[in-house]
Amino acid sequence: MDSFAFEKRGKTSGGGAPGLMILKGLLSAIVLLFGVFMISSMFTHGQYAFAILFTIVIAGGLLVTWMKGMYPHRYIFPSIAGMVVFIIFPLVYTVYIAFTNYSAKNLFTLERAENYFLSQTYRIEGGDYQFKLYAKEGNKYVIVLNNQPTMLADGNPSEVRTYASPETVFFDKDQMEKPSNKTTASKTVIHVTKVDNSYTQDMEDCGIKCKAAFRDYLKSIKIKIDAQELTYTGLNTFSAVKNRFVRQDQVVLGNQETLQNSHMLKDVSDDSLIIPDMNDGYYKTIDTQTGEPVGERMAPGFRVYIGFEHFKRIFNDPSISTPFVKIFIWTVCFAALTVFITLAIGMVLACLVQWEFLKGRGIYRLILILPYAVPSFISILVFKGLFNENFGEINRILDFFLGWRPEWYNEAGYARAMILLVNAWLGYPYMMILCMGLLKSIPDDLYEASAMDGSGPVQNFMNITLPLLMKPLTPLLIASFAFNFNNFVLIMLLTNGGPDFLPEDGVVTTAGSTDLLVSYTYRLAFEGGAGGNDYGLASAIATTIFILVGALSIVNLKISKMGAKD
Amino acid sequence: MAIVQPKSIKYRILATHIVMCLFLLAVLFPLYMVVMISFREGNFATNVSDSFYDLFLPRMDSLTLDHWKLALGMSYVDEAGVEHLPPFPVLKWLWNSIIISFFTSAFIVLLSTTSAYAFARLNFKGKNALLNCMLIFQMFPSVLALVAIYALFDNIGEYIPFIGLDTRAGLILSYMGGIALHIWTIKGYFETIDASLEEAAAIDGATPWQAFRLVLLPLSVPILAVVFILAFIGTITEVPVASILLNDVDNYTLAVGSQQYLASQNKLWGDFAAAAVMSGLPITVVFMLAQRWLVGGLTAGGVKG
Repeated sequence: MDSFAFEKRGKTSGGGAPGLMILKGLLSAIVLLFGVFMISSMFTHGQYAFAILFTIVIAGGLLVTWMKGMYPHRYIFPSIAGMVVFIIFPLVYTVYIAFTNYSAKNLFTLERAENYFLSQTYRIEGGDYQFKLYAKEGNKYVIVLNNQPTMLADGNPSEVRTYASPETVFFDKDQMEKPSNKTTASKTVIHVTKVDNSYTQDMEDCGIKCKAAFRDYLKSIKIKIDAQELTYTGLNTFSAVKNRFVRQDQVVLGNQETLQNSHMLKDVSDDSLIIPDMNDGYYKTIDTQTGEPVGERMAPGFRVYIGFEHFKRIFNDPSISTPFVKIFIWTVCFAALTVFITLAIGMVLACLVQWEFLKGRGIYRLILILPYAVPSFISILVFKGLFNENFGEINRILDFFLGWRPEWYNEAGYARAMILLVNAWLGYPYMMILCMGLLKSIPDDLYEASAMDGSGPVQNFMNITLPLLMKPLTPLLIASFAFNFNNFVLIMLLTNGGPDFLPEDGVVTTAGSTDLLVSYTYRLAFEGGAGGNDYGLASAIATTIFILVGALSIVNLKISKMGAKD
Repeated sequence: MAIVQPKSIKYRILATHIVMCLFLLAVLFPLYMVVMISFREGNFATNVSDSFYDLFLPRMDSLTLDHWKLALGMSYVDEAGVEHLPPFPVLKWLWNSIIISFFTSAFIVLLSTTSAYAFARLNFKGKNALLNCMLIFQMFPSVLALVAIYALFDNIGEYIPFIGLDTRAGLILSYMGGIALHIWTIKGYFETIDASLEEAAAIDGATPWQAFRLVLLPLSVPILAVVFILAFIGTITEVPVASILLNDVDNYTLAVGSQQYLASQNKLWGDFAAAAVMSGLPITVVFMLAQRWLVGGLTAGGVKG
């Protein structure tokens, strides 16, 4: 569209009513303030990707609002921002995850893994105390602790000491659900004092009932005996615990060199040193001679950059590449066959319902579009039930006529046939609608001329209709191929990828014979079990699909442009 | 008009009618079955009738409204005196779906109209590159980036809780990325409207915004309705993103929740059928009533793309 008379004025119309300007300024200031807070907080938490994303979006928004030359961009900014945040950023972030070992086992950042280790505790020997609860008036309770007597060298048990708390209000299970009570409890320190061993003589033990009712509360509080701090370690015991790890930034190794590592931790219980191994994302004990991390992997792992490791696995590791290749071949076959079947049905039907001698074609047309009008998640689930092997209506019909009960969900061949059948039902109306639109543009005199030559309807279809339709249809067919290549909902709702490959086929991950690449990545990422929750590997496979889809869509754009030029 | 008519045309018409009717039977079979199953007694395992014909026409004495009662959130008492409660909050799911789809489509119409206006009428650098870029990125399915989308909303939720995980607003927001096709559709329509009207308005001193709102928008109501319905149907049937972002059963949309009926441990075939007909019928009816216009909108965007 050509430029407009007001175009030039538009560029200078940055102003407006003063009231609006104030509102605009106020809103911008709020966005700016909140944005700065959010972005700086993200930076300090090491969430660089998100910080950069929101910097771009907020800066873009402010720029568009205040730059006079960017007036037209104001109209497109919201949709571009939506696209950047919810499509482009997830794409880029997925590619980034593909190069890390992000998974259920390596979930945390290094900082969080380090903090986890620093919060670990171990029980000090002889620091265990048995405890009992005694109910008092006014919903208050007293906790009484006894130390565990040990055998002394002379054969006599050591002295038993008893400690008691002042009367305290405890929170029961329901009260602990409230976040405010939770925080109060976690900050509570109960000081107990030494009392006579006969202190509890006249009091009634509240027993296991109380201990169960107040378990959550007892778990979060601390008890102090003199300088010793005790925490809940079992249904009957409080124990003195000590932090197992402390920071130690450097150490002199056996070879006289000094090892510097700001994340190094010392295990107080056995004086060993652990450092993070940045190659596989685990803390390990070091070799005191060389300073290399050589010990066993200590869970939890953390996220590290691992380069092309996942991509190598996809192509070289048989436990991944075997299902990957199988699934890839099936995905291509599925998409190609679906396009072919739906196109064939759709095109023939389109020709038939446009045939002027056919009476009632309006009604035919209306009913034929029906599968397109029913929400797909409903019709797929309806088919799921109809194809049920034991009670499904389809198998009962087949059984009645042919005595045949195919195992639709347990045999790969039948499962694939079912998928193609269902998808043909779902997909032909779209092709029919497209063909009906395109058929109108074929001039009638072509058919008249061919009728003069004495050719029949089949010849007409093969020589005139098909070739003339194929050209404008090609980009749409490629788009349909790409859509079905990634037809996740169909697979997820109908078979969820099953029947699964058997473990003896050398497959460790969850993968099935009707899985498409998309559903395979979904299951890798979101299904538990062996090899499950592997976000890194799933993202690597997703990245390879991105490349395929990207190539397809560029080809498509080229083809449709060529079509437009003709 | 064809001038030449072979004599065999009667037989060809007859053959076509027969083929068409057979095909229609296959098309209507699952739809007929699900409606019937919703009125038939029992769920999967509990109803294995010996008679084959009962499959298609249930006996009168096996007709029941029990499944429908459950779908509508009511309980019923069976012959043995056991009370059956609705297995899932279907009406809640339907309500969630409607709310989410309504707001999503409203925002999509809003955003894509303004963008389409800029792309159709205003001049700025990189316009065509941007348009093509949007189309290419639209081809990437969001299923592949679910891990990233989950992480994104987990993060946003820490700062702005009401658009975080497990919220309607968050889900609506996540759908704002997929509007390129709608922009193309509306842009195509704008280009069919003569620009001289707006030029006249501009000469009378209208700003671009006024020309857009007061001249172009009122002329484009039909295409906006089409885009609204298309976006509504697209949202209400969306599964992957919703299934990742929503955790609580009460927050599910229909598309996420209805799988629960036929999950491996549940075989609530009859209950599912009633819920499916109840929720699928309105959408189907709206689509069929509007199909004349929807079909135009669908192919217009597609062919030009």
